Amino acid sequence: MQVPNTARLMNISRRFLCLIVLLPALSCSDPEANNIITIKGSTTVLPVAQIGAEVFMDRHPGADISVQGGGSGVGIASLIDGTTQIATSSRKIKKEETAKAKAAGVHPFETIVAMDGIAVAVNPSNSMDRLTTPQIRDIYTGKVSNWKEIGGDDREIVVISRDTSSGTFEAFEKLALDGQKVRPDALVTASNQVVNMTVAQTPGAIGYLGYGYLSDRVRAASVDGVRCSEETIRSGRYPLARPLYIYTNGRPTGEVERFIDFLLSEEGQRLVKEQGFISARERSL
Amino acid sequence: MTRQTLRENGPFAAGRKKALRGSDVSQALGFLLLGACIVFALFFLGTILYFILVRGAPAISWEFLTSVPRRAMTQGGVAPAIVGTFYLTVGAISFSLPLGLACAIYLCEYSPKTVLVNIIRLSINNLAGIPSIVFGLFGFAVFVKVFGFGVSILSGSLTLGIMALPGIISASQEAILAVPQSYKEASLALGATHWQTIARVVLPSAFPGILTGVILNIGRVAGETAPILFTAVTFYTRGYPDSVFSEVMALPYHIYALMTEGTRPEIQTQIAYGCSLILLSLVLAISAVAIILRQRQRRIYGS
Amino acid sequence: MRHFKETLYKWIFTILAFASLLFLVGIILTLFRESYPLLVRHDFFDIVFGRFWYPTYDPPEFGMFPLIAASFVVTFGAMAVCVPIGVGTALFLHELASAPQRAVMKPVIEILAGIPSIVYGFFGMIIVAPFIQNLLGIPTGLNAFTASLVLGIMATPTVASLAEDAVSFVPSSFREASLALGANQWQTLTRVVVPAAGSGISTAIILGIGRAVGETMTVLMVAGGAAAIPGSVFDPVRPMTATIAAEMGEAVMGSAHFHALFAIGLILFLITLVVNIFAEIISRRFRLKLGLGR
Repeated sequence: MQVPNTARLMNISRRFLCLIVLLPALSCSDPEANNIITIKGSTTVLPVAQIGAEVFMDRHPGADISVQGGGSGVGIASLIDGTTQIATSSRKIKKEETAKAKAAGVHPFETIVAMDGIAVAVNPSNSMDRLTTPQIRDIYTGKVSNWKEIGGDDREIVVISRDTSSGTFEAFEKLALDGQKVRPDALVTASNQVVNMTVAQTPGAIGYLGYGYLSDRVRAASVDGVRCSEETIRSGRYPLARPLYIYTNGRPTGEVERFIDFLLSEEGQRLVKEQGFISARERSL
Repeated sequence: MTRQTLRENGPFAAGRKKALRGSDVSQALGFLLLGACIVFALFFLGTILYFILVRGAPAISWEFLTSVPRRAMTQGGVAPAIVGTFYLTVGAISFSLPLGLACAIYLCEYSPKTVLVNIIRLSINNLAGIPSIVFGLFGFAVFVKVFGFGVSILSGSLTLGIMALPGIISASQEAILAVPQSYKEASLALGATHWQTIARVVLPSAFPGILTGVILNIGRVAGETAPILFTAVTFYTRGYPDSVFSEVMALPYHIYALMTEGTRPEIQTQIAYGCSLILLSLVLAISAVAIILRQRQRRIYGS
Repeated sequence: MRHFKETLYKWIFTILAFASLLFLVGIILTLFRESYPLLVRHDFFDIVFGRFWYPTYDPPEFGMFPLIAASFVVTFGAMAVCVPIGVGTALFLHELASAPQRAVMKPVIEILAGIPSIVYGFFGMIIVAPFIQNLLGIPTGLNAFTASLVLGIMATPTVASLAEDAVSFVPSSFREASLALGANQWQTLTRVVVPAAGSGISTAIILGIGRAVGETMTVLMVAGGAAAIPGSVFDPVRPMTATIAAEMGEAVMGSAHFHALFAIGLILFLITLVVNIFAEIISRRFRLKLGLGR
């Protein structure tokens, strides 16, 4: 009978199994280690949150921060559900969200961490790099479907939008579309980065993304004659400028407060600028 | 009469003497088509493996495999994701193996032929067909929320474990049924009780088969993303999980997150390729081990 | 004492065996419980046949038809890819391949089956989609066509191995009789073996459908994400699974959006349930027909 061989195999496997199952249990022993700060929310704010978390953790070795994206909607929903302490958002919290929060016993406290502009980008091969707000609105709501209708080449417009959890989407909707609905056949992407990549790869595309995500693979169109730049965002001339927010449950305390203070400090704001945003201190909106 | 003789002299021979028949042409075309199908499948597989290998290999280094991500995911490595995948997989198997094995033992050894048992079989089959995202929904609603485990290794492992359950049950069933009836009869004849027979004769003999099944399911579980999306994972955390209640990074989710939320695509696509290579190698190595084990087993037991 | 232990063990195993039933019931209950509130507030037909999915607008619209249509289109397309290739591969492997060829190709198919869906999705998004976009000169490669293609390849090993099992159950006497009557190999394959294995192959196809409908990560990354009924196969779409994965994070627990996503999950579950039942019925008929019993 084969029992001797299998018995040996079983013994080895049993020992191996015991070892690996015990590993996580062994690492359970550090009582202080459960102080994780979670940050969830806007993909626009994500680079700032991430680099901020890294530098902060380098400075404060005891700190432990977990960063996620998902969209502004995800961040605020998680704050309400209690699954995150810091929610980042590229739009202001909505009235319904505040109501839901209050109903759940959460009191959203707002901090502005940076200023950002929503750039409207087209593919580099597209000659149309001067757009007006009405044109943008017509394109996004489906009234205009071909570039030639507004004076460009004869090419189908590929409309790139963001998914519904995006704060950039909400801000764009409010600022450029006046609350009208985006056409249903617009390509829905998950983050600023995907917008950047898709517009770069698609000749007829138009998309909106955070100023910090603009790359030289796409061409930024001027909106109502104003180019999107740090200066125009700071001065408020650029029509699609908006603040970037952090929401916490009540006024931040403890480690969370220390982290937010860090972000708002000179060094933190330098990180903000490095990521392509405008410092919160310099805004005049 | 051989087939040859029949063809040359049999009832249809006359019609067959013509030079090129329609049926020959259609046969040739048919075989060509079949060959093309398999060539296409092999080509696609080859393309995937080629790209992942060629573009992922440059990203792999000792540092990549062992250090944490730095500088907004553009430097350092993906070690926390590897560790996270490991913990999730181990957790899933430690949950589903005892349960699955117990179920298989019941179905093979104890179950009467009643309607209830058929219902159990049906549920196992149906559980196997449920989309992975539905498991994620269930895990989120129940483990994360109702049980209050939060987004954690625990929730993720339990969700993955339920997903792996049908696979483990059927692999264990197969292994147990393959144990020759004579072994059991001999044991019972020698005076052992039913349980003693199961524990000391059936299970040890079925062990290699069960092990193979477990290994195959480990491979499947390690690569799953949807069940852990809302139950276990996070995009970035500096270190390694402290307890079963922490969030983790995981390889499959990391690839997704890098591609959709990453902030520096040029570098991060590279990293995503590297992660894909690691994940693919892991899963394929695990499957290879299982297949080899199964071949050896078949040789020994001659099934 | 011994007897007591025996009975104890028996009962422990009986109880544990019900675990899988417990989980299935748990999943069903959870899905129903979390989707029910939606039905209270919105009309059933508006939801299932409504054409606009705008869950975060005020007031929200939960028309799921574009999502269901997208799943349908992508699954159908995937079947168009994986059925010919899968069944063709199975036939080739079983009938025409020599032993060494088979020894190499069977493991290859199993390897294909083992590739995680995220890798398919990643590959689809980064290589296949741009390729198709450039090849066909269409606005974007992230659409139903590309998703069907990648999904089809993903489902092929499932269909291939099940079809091969089905074909291997056809008794060789069928084959030999056909050849003895003068048919060539191809005619035997198409007119005798495949029809005989018909139910088994149908089971394989149906289970392949189940796999394609339930796939999440691949379609999430490749299908484009537009919640609109596709006008052509080259339009971006958003199948049900991708919708849940993409929007779950932002739905506050207990909100209408949350319930709507669970409702989608419920519909998905019911579809796979129906698929499984069909597969079960057909495979049972198949086994009886070939005299394999049970």
